[in-house]
Amino acid sequence: MEILIESIEWLFTNENGWKYVVMWAIGGLLIYLAIKKEMEPTLLLPLGFGTIMVNLPFSGALGEFIVDGAGNILRDPVTGGILFEEEGALTTLFNAGIANELFPLILFIGIGAMIDFGPVLSNPKLMIFGAAAQFGIFMTMSLAAIFFDLPDAASIGIIGAADGPTAIVVANKLKSQYLPAIMVAAYSYMALVPIIQPPVIKLLTTKKERMIRMPYKGKEISKTTRILFPIIITIVAGLVAPSSVALVGFLMFGNLIRECGVLDSLSETAQKVLANLVTIFLGLTIASQMEATAFLKWETLLILGLGLFAFIFDTAGGVLFAKLLNLFLKEKINPMIGAAGISAFPMSGRVVHKMGLAEDPQNFLLMHSIGVNVSGQIASVIAGGLILSFFA
Amino acid sequence: MSIFENISWDRFFNSLQYMWQGMLCIFIVIAVIIVSIMLLGNLTAKKPKDDLEKNQ
Repeated sequence: MEILIESIEWLFTNENGWKYVVMWAIGGLLIYLAIKKEMEPTLLLPLGFGTIMVNLPFSGALGEFIVDGAGNILRDPVTGGILFEEEGALTTLFNAGIANELFPLILFIGIGAMIDFGPVLSNPKLMIFGAAAQFGIFMTMSLAAIFFDLPDAASIGIIGAADGPTAIVVANKLKSQYLPAIMVAAYSYMALVPIIQPPVIKLLTTKKERMIRMPYKGKEISKTTRILFPIIITIVAGLVAPSSVALVGFLMFGNLIRECGVLDSLSETAQKVLANLVTIFLGLTIASQMEATAFLKWETLLILGLGLFAFIFDTAGGVLFAKLLNLFLKEKINPMIGAAGISAFPMSGRVVHKMGLAEDPQNFLLMHSIGVNVSGQIASVIAGGLILSFFA
Repeated sequence: MSIFENISWDRFFNSLQYMWQGMLCIFIVIAVIIVSIMLLGNLTAKKPKDDLEKNQ
């Protein structure tokens, strides 16, 4: 009872006490969005619950805090990290799985095993839109550089990769202090792709352009091609951006397990058990960084704004590049498929397909948009590796 | 220091070089991958002749 009264008293008397209550509300909001709106529930639910856990006064989940005479939590003067007498479970998990990028990389094996690169292999030219749609990353990085130091700006720009694990790896490797805000932005906007993309696409295209039909000529892909594809991608990306080897390599290793045909049980485990297991820990562990005094800052709001900007410019980059190509092509491309180059897979591909159907019920863009969407996944990982080679 | 005190246009202009270098690199890598896939597709494509031979 005494401890309860002490905790409540601390919340009301400490100058930062109110921030902890606000974080409970943010945790509650994340849980609400995950359950009620089904927005990336696999990540937002553990993140929301973890946020509440770490923002209880002197939460044992983080560790045993060191406090000064006024009851303020002491921090490392250099890194700004909380000082503990003894680490708690979430801090240990963070050091073991996020600080060394292990969790996101393991998750990449699962993601790689889930992706079918068939649509790209049957029409590889579509990959060029995956490259164009990474424009938002670099544009946002430049804008963020007005306010933040370059490594932090690059970490914020990578929100535009629309790819949680890449964002974690890059922000972590560049030692960005804004990792939690970057994570929340990356995953929230990924879930909001169906709301963010359509207005941008409509603004940049005419009805006539949106009605362009693209007949799909499916091609049989040999097993050899499917097996060699992940190996070639790893080699090419690794030679150009050595820092991307871990990112690309883990993703492609997952895909190789899927396509080799002799490791079906491993492929199934990577797709389901491994990916789910890591996701549970990923959300909870990232929440360990959402401690009120570290998270509730003006910078967080600015990062959320810049993240939105990154998604908008990714979409615009893809659409405008498709329009540019159309100036030279005899057989016109529906510029909407450029927007699917954002790597939010498969939401973005579906958005484009649905928009195509809305304009013309006989216009089936799904195979093209999914092909571009998968290319975006590869291009975003390469972009992450390039940013690491620039700044790490 | 607040973020608004840290505003620097020099950093913005400095970052533009990374923007064009980054985009150029991505396009080059993707172009190499596209060419590799196309070559791979041609090399590993089943030749109709083989099927014909099998049938015979």
